[in-house]
Amino acid sequence: MNCTKCKTKAVIGLPRHNAAFCKSCFNGFVHEQVSRAIASQRMFSRQDRLLVAVSGGKDSLALWNILLKLGYRADALYVDLGIPGYSEKSYERVQRFAETVGATHGAALRVHTVKEEEGAGIKELAQLVHRPTCSACGTIKRYQFNRAAVEHEYDVMATGHNLDDEAARLLGNVLHWQTDYLEKQSPTLPASVEGFAKKVKPLYRLSEREIAAYAVLNRIDYLVEECPMAKGSKMLLYKEVLNRLETASPGTKQSFYWGFLEQHAKERSPEGSMAEKDSATLHPCSTCGQPTTAEVCSYCKMMARAQASAQR
Amino acid sequence: MKVQLSHPAREVDVKGPKRVKELLRDLDLVQEAHLVIRGDDLMTEDEMLKDTDQVEIRPVISGGS
Repeated sequence: MNCTKCKTKAVIGLPRHNAAFCKSCFNGFVHEQVSRAIASQRMFSRQDRLLVAVSGGKDSLALWNILLKLGYRADALYVDLGIPGYSEKSYERVQRFAETVGATHGAALRVHTVKEEEGAGIKELAQLVHRPTCSACGTIKRYQFNRAAVEHEYDVMATGHNLDDEAARLLGNVLHWQTDYLEKQSPTLPASVEGFAKKVKPLYRLSEREIAAYAVLNRIDYLVEECPMAKGSKMLLYKEVLNRLETASPGTKQSFYWGFLEQHAKERSPEGSMAEKDSATLHPCSTCGQPTTAEVCSYCKMMARAQASAQR
Repeated sequence: MKVQLSHPAREVDVKGPKRVKELLRDLDLVQEAHLVIRGDDLMTEDEMLKDTDQVEIRPVISGGS
């Protein structure tokens, strides 16, 4: 198989683009897809200060790498979730990447430790509030990242969500007709109200396989091991189903998710409608001050329940 | 050839020569969810693997919320 662009030996075939690339042309392809995402979804400019949420996995480290290579001002935040035998390994990868790549671009790594702040790791917290670990983890990460971005005055918060993540989430939402969640599936979520950071997903045009290939080709030392808490999660099942469809019919994932984005854009201007809706329904949490639809936000409620449960 | 697999980590022996595409099919692994790596190189689906090769089939899917 030869590179579609330069005709030298290819290292990866991309059936959905009917193309194959050598290492150099593949890196060009990846950077181009991210640049297109940033421009077409009005994510940020070179003057903006970005905070990248990093976990030690391929997506977030590849994202941090790409943004720095493209010349953006991007620091990173690692949230230590306190997962025994896993968080240590993931932090090690993040720290090494920050020292070897981040530092050479003048980028800083910030670290938040859940156990230090809340007295317990994610698994115990989820058990205390009787919620699935992945769901409690999602609430905690979203809260921590938003708070860090707002407190340290970053213009934008970037996450490593890729095409597979978004297509799988869309499938889950559509299967259960959770139409309220569809509005939040845009790759750019504006800072709709005071206390909410602008959130972007610059990797939404790239599949997980493409990002893993980018990480391998560019010697990004990421944690291959799966989070032990994610075993048997619905997201994994949706991804598996979508990848079977993709292998049989290349381009299925992108036509599903990008098609949704096009339909959604036609229906309304997301920025206007979301800002209007959010300012009508959100107000500061009475405990921590972050935006919420309730009196007390879901993070503070969860921590209060965890505390009450621990004291029993 | 020796084939290293993950989730759970294990090694299996597969008779070569064999194309990457056939190796994945024989192990019932979906191409879109895996990378095949030999040494430091990524292997494309049409490449031939020798009986003496050592390869890693790396899953690329991560889950969670």
